[in-house]
Order: sequence, then C-alpha cells, then structure tokens
Amino acid sequence: MSEPVLKIRNLTKTYRVGMGLLKGKRPLRALNGVSLSVEKGQVLGLVGESGCGKSTIAKLILRLEEMTGGSILLDGKDVSAIGRTELARRIQPVFQDPYASLNPRKSVRSIISLPLRVHKVGDPGSWKGRVEEIMEIVGLVPRLKNSFPNQLSGGQRQRVAVARALIMRPEIVICDEPTSALDVSVQSQILNLLMDLRKDFGLTYLLITHNLAVVEHMASRVAVMYLGRIVEEAETRSIFENPRHPYTRALLASVLTPEPGLGLPETHLGIVYPNPIDPPPGCTFHPRCPEATQVCREVPPEPIRENGHLVECHHPRN
Amino acid sequence: MSALLEVRGLHVEILLAGGLLKAVRDVTFTVDRGQTLALVGESGCGKSLTALAVMDLLPPRAQRRAERLRFEGLDLRKARTRRMADLRGNKIAMIFQEPMTSLNPCYTIGNQLQEAMLRHRKVSRKEAQDRAVFLLEKVGITAAASRLRQYPHQLSGGLRQRVMIAMGLMCGPAMIIADEPTTALDVTIQAQILSLLASLQKEFQMGLLLITHDLGIVARVADRVNVMYCGEVVESGEALQIFDNPLHPYTQGLLRCIPIPGKTKPGEHLGSIPGVVPTPIGDLKGCAFRNRCAFLSNACTAENVVLREISNDRAYRCLLSPETCAQNLRGRST
Repeated sequence: MSEPVLKIRNLTKTYRVGMGLLKGKRPLRALNGVSLSVEKGQVLGLVGESGCGKSTIAKLILRLEEMTGGSILLDGKDVSAIGRTELARRIQPVFQDPYASLNPRKSVRSIISLPLRVHKVGDPGSWKGRVEEIMEIVGLVPRLKNSFPNQLSGGQRQRVAVARALIMRPEIVICDEPTSALDVSVQSQILNLLMDLRKDFGLTYLLITHNLAVVEHMASRVAVMYLGRIVEEAETRSIFENPRHPYTRALLASVLTPEPGLGLPETHLGIVYPNPIDPPPGCTFHPRCPEATQVCREVPPEPIRENGHLVECHHPRN
Repeated sequence: MSALLEVRGLHVEILLAGGLLKAVRDVTFTVDRGQTLALVGESGCGKSLTALAVMDLLPPRAQRRAERLRFEGLDLRKARTRRMADLRGNKIAMIFQEPMTSLNPCYTIGNQLQEAMLRHRKVSRKEAQDRAVFLLEKVGITAAASRLRQYPHQLSGGLRQRVMIAMGLMCGPAMIIADEPTTALDVTIQAQILSLLASLQKEFQMGLLLITHDLGIVARVADRVNVMYCGEVVESGEALQIFDNPLHPYTQGLLRCIPIPGKTKPGEHLGSIPGVVPTPIGDLKGCAFRNRCAFLSNACTAENVVLREISNDRAYRCLLSPETCAQNLRGRST
C-alpha cells in the first residue's frame, strides 16, 4: 500500500447562518469530523445527497474556504502551510457546470493558458505550443482555440475545463459533478477522457457525484456521506457487493439503470431530509432509517472499521 | 376505442435569423388512459417542444402544424385560445422540471393549489381548500393543512415537486404531461417521486406523457417509448422491446453510453457517440443521424429516411433491415 497523497483528518466546517434580522446567527455544521485518505493514482468517489457536505470538502481542499477544525495533509504537509500558488499547481478542480465555470469573455486559448500566465511558467513564446498540446490531449481540435465558450457545445466546454485543470500537470484533480450537466452520450465521452488521462498522467481523482453508476465505473474507493459525516467507506466492490449502512443500501437501490422490468425501487426512506442547522440527536440518519431502534435515537454511532471497510451505524449489516 | 391523446405528423418550426429551424418533424404518437408514454432524447431533440405544441404553449416565433392533434376526440388544431385555457390545468395537467421556478414565490402553496380549481370548477374556496389538503396528503406531505399557508421557498425540492404534482391533480385531469419531473432532485427523492407519480396514475387511470433524457427512468416507468433525435422519432415501441432489442443505431449507441453497476466492467471505456447533433435548418436531406452513425452508406445521404413499421407496435427510422440492426447490436457488445 502506497502512502496517501491526500490525508484528511477530523475535518470540520461550521458556517454561521443568519436566522433573520434580529434573531442572530446559528452554527450550521456542514462537516462534522470527516477523515479520508486518498492514495496516489486512486479514484476516490464521494457520494451523498445535496447538502451533505461533499462540495464543502472540495472547497476546503482547494482552500477556497477556510476550515474550522481538523487538518488536510498533502504529501504529509499541511495545506495551510503550502502557498496558494503551489497548492493551485498541485490540486486543480473541474466543476459541474461548464456553462458557468468558463469566463464567457475569454477565448478558449486564453482560458486554457491562464494558469501558465499566473504561475509564470517558461516564456510566453512557449505557451502557444503547450495550449495546443493539451488541447490535443483532451480532444479539442486546434481551430477552436480562438472560439469563445458560447460557441462550444457542452462537451467541448467541459473539455476546455479539463484542459485548463491539466495544463499545469497537477497531482490531484477534484472533479465536482463533472458530468451532471451533460447529455448521456457526452457524459460517456468525458468519463472515458478522465479515465485515459488518469492512466497517462498518473493522476489522482477525488470524484464527487450523486450518480452511483458513474462511481462504480470510475472509483477505486467510495465514501458515502450523510449530513456532514462519512457513514461508510470502503473499496468500490465491497460497497456495491456488501453495503453495510442502511443509507448506502437505499442509495444503491435508488440507482435507476436502463433495465426494464425491474420497476421502481422502494427505498423505505422517509421524505424528510433533516435540517442541518437542527440535526436530529443520536444517529443523524435515524428519522429516515427503516431499521432504527431506541439506541439510534439517543446515541451517535461510533465508526467501526473491519478489513478496510468503515461503517458508522449501530446495526451494520454483515 | 379512440386514444386519449392522438398526435400524427406534428411539425414545429421556428423562424430564426439564420433560417427556418425545423425543430420537430413528423412526430406521431398516441397515449391511452392508464398508459405511460416516454419521449426520450438528448437536449435539443425537440421533446419539450412536442409537449408544448400539444398544449399550445409554444413560444411566439414557433409555428405548429399537424395532420392530427386530438384530445378526447377534440381537435386541438381548431381549438381557440379560450377552449385551450379550459383544458390546461383541468383535463391536461403539466408538471415541469424545476419546481422552484414553476411555483410563484409570491403566493402561498394553498393559493396556487386552489387557483386552477377555482378557475375551472364552480366550487367554493372551502371546497377547493379541502381538495388541496386531501391531495397534499395523497402525495405524502404531512401536516398538509398548515402547509397551505407556506411559501415555496419554505419547502425542500422534493416537497415542492410533490406540491406540483398535487397541483396537477386538483381538477382530476385525464392526462399528465411531466417534463423532466425529477431531474432537479436527489436520487433517493427521484425514486420516491416517480413511484408516487406511477401509483397516482394507475389509481386515477390517467394518461402520462413523460419527457426525460434519462433512459434509466424510462426503463422503469414507461409502457411505451419514443426515442427522439434531432426533432424526429427514430424509434418507437414497447419499453421492453426497445431496451432488449434496440434497432436504431442511435438507440443502441445511447444504451452503450450508460454504466450499469454489475454489467459494465469498471474502468473500461464506455461506448460513445462521436460528433454533435446537427442543427435542422434549411433543406434537410438524408438521415439526420448519418454524420454520427457507424453504419453510414451512400443511401443514407441520398434519401430521406421514413419511419418504418415492422409490426403493429414497433417502428424505426433507418435504412438497415431489422436483422442487420440486431446483428450490429450483437457485433458491438461482444
């Protein structure tokens, strides 16, 4: 087993949320003690419903926001001790919506070469060559280099976003819902591209998505989040063949694959997603859990780790 | 017995600066009571415009024409604005994708739920309110009576979509058109909303026209499927047949793009469809899919491809024979 390139320990993030004009602010614990580690060359899939804190983790790793507590180590070094530019050189994001993440006033060439200019890499004469090289790698024809984002299709825009992320040859790429805004035929192209690039450049991915079929296809490990905690984490195969947490089982059941005759799944989840400002006592999942008992309503479960399979539940299935 | 909704030879054209955009061409389908028809395709294939054309809600620059457009025997082509307004929200209800943008943020849930019923039926406010509470409970919303005073922003996405469904049911419609009803929702909520929609549809024997890009949803919910590409129906038939034995190269390609846990091999390349969807402007000749098709021949460029019926219930728009199509499917998957 190789050393983790990214190690997250007991990460917490608390936002102060205003409750109204005169009511003051209350803490919202977006992340509540999250620990994760990603090995070099691995793809870690992070799944969960909206509002569970998966994008907050991405923002904290990229230092777009400051953490409240805990630590993030990159190759054993605390990210807060690493300069902003060096961090940007080593970790790059690809966001969900390529319509929103590209500046509409800049040409493709300008968007892709921005990291070179920011980091003052080489002389300006060499930038053109590097832009064309990376465009070829991500499958963009060279004539598009003077186009503007609004002239590109969704898939092409996402390729531009990938090119911009990769031009500095980062070690880690954080993909936050990289294909959710795309059509299925384009989604598969981008997923294939991401898989090829990982092999060619030895990249490490943190893949944040709500699409479990994509996670199963791409990830080597999966972490399932619920309300700011990791409730289950294991090898992808282990999660899919032997989901131990009831929430993971509900998520897996909800995947609608194009297999007719299976009908719609019954997830046995209540309809209420708890208010993160006022999380339920005990296990935060208990109001929706079909298997909840008295202890779940009172005592928060401790993480159990067996053979590299982590689960946080009072009644995990074996 | 005639169908609930019957559409034959529907065209929608939009006049743009660059020419006439033939956004929907020759679309034909029927929906019966208690039946679910899915219109499936990627963005820009004309599936939403088809629904809007049926409802006569097209944007001003768009023109529709059809050989036949009948709802419960009524010719919608001749129906005046007033007559259509009597149908919408009454006999035909529509559920849109984004419950946040399709609910009015300035009015309470109760107000919006009652509106359609007060418009279409001679009922008192009290009766409308009772019906609203009844339906909110029906769609699984607790403390329904107090919800009536809430505003849309006070509800979660899943609850808002339930309110939208309840709103659609207020007048007991014969038909529901649902345009991407769960795209904005989480996967767990999506499954719940779809089950809800399916059970209500069975209970009230409504026709459901489901518009979606998600083949997973189609496979689980639809009885019949129309696959659309670039404004045309390229394949239609029973859901089971479409998924087990897709004929059109586009349908086959789409199905190969989707990872299925336990079936596709992790880490392996997924299938993909190269190229981009053409813009249907100007004089269209030949198969619309030809520039992305692996089985292109000269004939595909030369002639317009018609929808071929191979059985009572199955049609596809390709020059290849059904046997060749089936062979293509096997050839690629092994």
